[in-house]
Amino acid sequence: MARTLTAGARGSRGGIRSGEAKFGWLFISPAIIIIGLFLVVPILLALYVSFSNWNGLGSPIGNSKVIGTGNYEKVLIDDGLSKSDFGTSIRNNLYYVLLVVPLQTTLALFLAVQVNRRVLKGRGLFRTAFYFPSVTSSIAITSIFLFLFTASGAVNSVLQWFGVNGPNWFNDPSGVIHNLLAGAGVTSAPAALAGEGPLGISWWEWLSGPSVAMSTLIILAVFTTSGTFMLLFIAALQNISGEIDEAAVMDGAGGLRKFFSVTLPMLTPTLFTVLTLGLIGSWQLFDQVALTGGGAPGKTVLTPAYLAYDTSFTELKWGQGAAISFILFVIIVALTLFQRYVLRDRDVGKKAERNRIRRDAEIHASAARATYQEGLK
Amino acid sequence: MSTLTPETAIQADSIEAKPRPARAGRRGMSPRARTVAIISYLGLIILALVYIYPFLISIAGSFKTDADATANPLSLLPQTWSFAAYDRLFTDVPLPRWAMNSTIITLCVTFGRVFFDSIAGYALSRLKFRGRGVIFASLIAIMAVPGVVLLIPRFLILKELGLFNSYAGMILPLVVDAAGIFIMKQFFESIPVSVEEAARIDGAGVFRTFWTIVLPMARPAVVTLFILSFQGSWNEYAHFVVSRQDADLNTLTTGVASLVSGQLGSGNQYPLVLASALLMTIPVAIMFFIFQKRIMNTTEGGEKG
Repeated sequence: MARTLTAGARGSRGGIRSGEAKFGWLFISPAIIIIGLFLVVPILLALYVSFSNWNGLGSPIGNSKVIGTGNYEKVLIDDGLSKSDFGTSIRNNLYYVLLVVPLQTTLALFLAVQVNRRVLKGRGLFRTAFYFPSVTSSIAITSIFLFLFTASGAVNSVLQWFGVNGPNWFNDPSGVIHNLLAGAGVTSAPAALAGEGPLGISWWEWLSGPSVAMSTLIILAVFTTSGTFMLLFIAALQNISGEIDEAAVMDGAGGLRKFFSVTLPMLTPTLFTVLTLGLIGSWQLFDQVALTGGGAPGKTVLTPAYLAYDTSFTELKWGQGAAISFILFVIIVALTLFQRYVLRDRDVGKKAERNRIRRDAEIHASAARATYQEGLK
Repeated sequence: MSTLTPETAIQADSIEAKPRPARAGRRGMSPRARTVAIISYLGLIILALVYIYPFLISIAGSFKTDADATANPLSLLPQTWSFAAYDRLFTDVPLPRWAMNSTIITLCVTFGRVFFDSIAGYALSRLKFRGRGVIFASLIAIMAVPGVVLLIPRFLILKELGLFNSYAGMILPLVVDAAGIFIMKQFFESIPVSVEEAARIDGAGVFRTFWTIVLPMARPAVVTLFILSFQGSWNEYAHFVVSRQDADLNTLTTGVASLVSGQLGSGNQYPLVLASALLMTIPVAIMFFIFQKRIMNTTEGGEKG
């Protein structure tokens, strides 16, 4: 209706709308200039640097030569520290993603369902409690976690009540799966796994599991993001109409059965949003790594995002750092496309295309929100 | 979470007011149901404590002596109350300076974002001009660029423009964000166009119509954007790592981070770190409690559709 009205107004009273184009450009130009100057141009510049031998002195333009794909080869193909560091960072982040995404999604869903129950008293208080960690900065909450997880810290004191001697969390580089295997008597690589695997680290190393130190960051991520995602699930739950609920109850569906056969299918779109956001976010772990010692202990907390920064700013290998950034970019985009592919068939209907575009945009807007909220990233 | 239309805002406002169909009343509970209810309450309360207790311990910890904080990490009461950590934050540590930088940057970014995102969103939703579709499509594409990939590119361009190590370099790249424009555009599209038509017929110019009529109607979206921008720029860390070098330009995030990495090597000065982490949390916490209802509601309305 609004559209027809606009069209009508334009047809009959062109004078009122004159100058609109001028104002349109005037209003949009600050955004175009800022985004162009600080997002598009820099990306092109960094893309150039990733193919150049720039050493950080002067401007990249005029002070460097194009050397082709050398920087990418050092990271992906040539044997050496660059490749094995990158492999290590990918392994670390992979375990982080594999654990954080399912855990935060499940916990957020659980909290949302609990807090959304009509009979629950003090729902507001519970929501506030679960959401509060999400508003704090990554730096503040990581500092607090450094204190909680010291060798004789709060967490280990609690574990002590149960007779468990907690590890020295942030300083323990041992892999969780390696530790479990050690418990079963396997302390070194079986012959089959001793050989070199992809990206310069052995299969045995690939199978280490997250280090104890990384596990601490996994707990941190679940702690700080479950509240945000809980709110997304609550929103979706409120949109499931009461009648469907009632009908399910009338049909004799019990609590759990109702959840899995009625509630969960209706939450599918939100579930996908949360999974995508989680996936995109957890590949961008940076702040927490910087604060806990830049990948220490033993590089088991190193992530590609931090490695890119460190390679450029500390080792001054600018091209190589930029190359790592773009590889990470490709990983994240590939994952987003994969998500789109998975979602492809779920939207049958006349508005499918429009909905898809809108949902993509929504996902990214939420991602932006989540990104600035903390290192969810 | 991201989009906001009057429809969803209204829906969100009415969520609490909506009369709930009475379900199994408390009186009708069987003993078994009652037990289940009590257990799930207990479970939730324990969980809520897990979420809140770290903050409580930190508050207590910041008033402990270094030795006390190390020896009794769990207790909520310091053995002796010590204000040494706070003393040091305002004498040895340039915390006031960091706080000032954070404040300046946050205010500029927040107001800049609200203004520029609003006018851009308005242009994209209401003003007709050639190339609008292309610009909107590019915007959506740009939203897909993960922030952390931008660190090196941003540093390069700031160097190139001579803005590295300056307030301008710390502020300008953050002053417009594609997601914010998208939020505003979505909201403007939900406002009936007839209101503006009337104003235009009365002779109001484009900018006046926008400023005095449309923007006030978009208050819920503006508030949302304000909260997001404030939180986002106050908590921002990575961008300030690559856009400055001088200690004088440290914000609270980079400053506290330098404190943490510096002190980890030099003993157990946890009260100092906890105190600074708490102080930097206060402004966002205040924002959270002031706008709590709005944050919860907009988020609730957000994913509809």
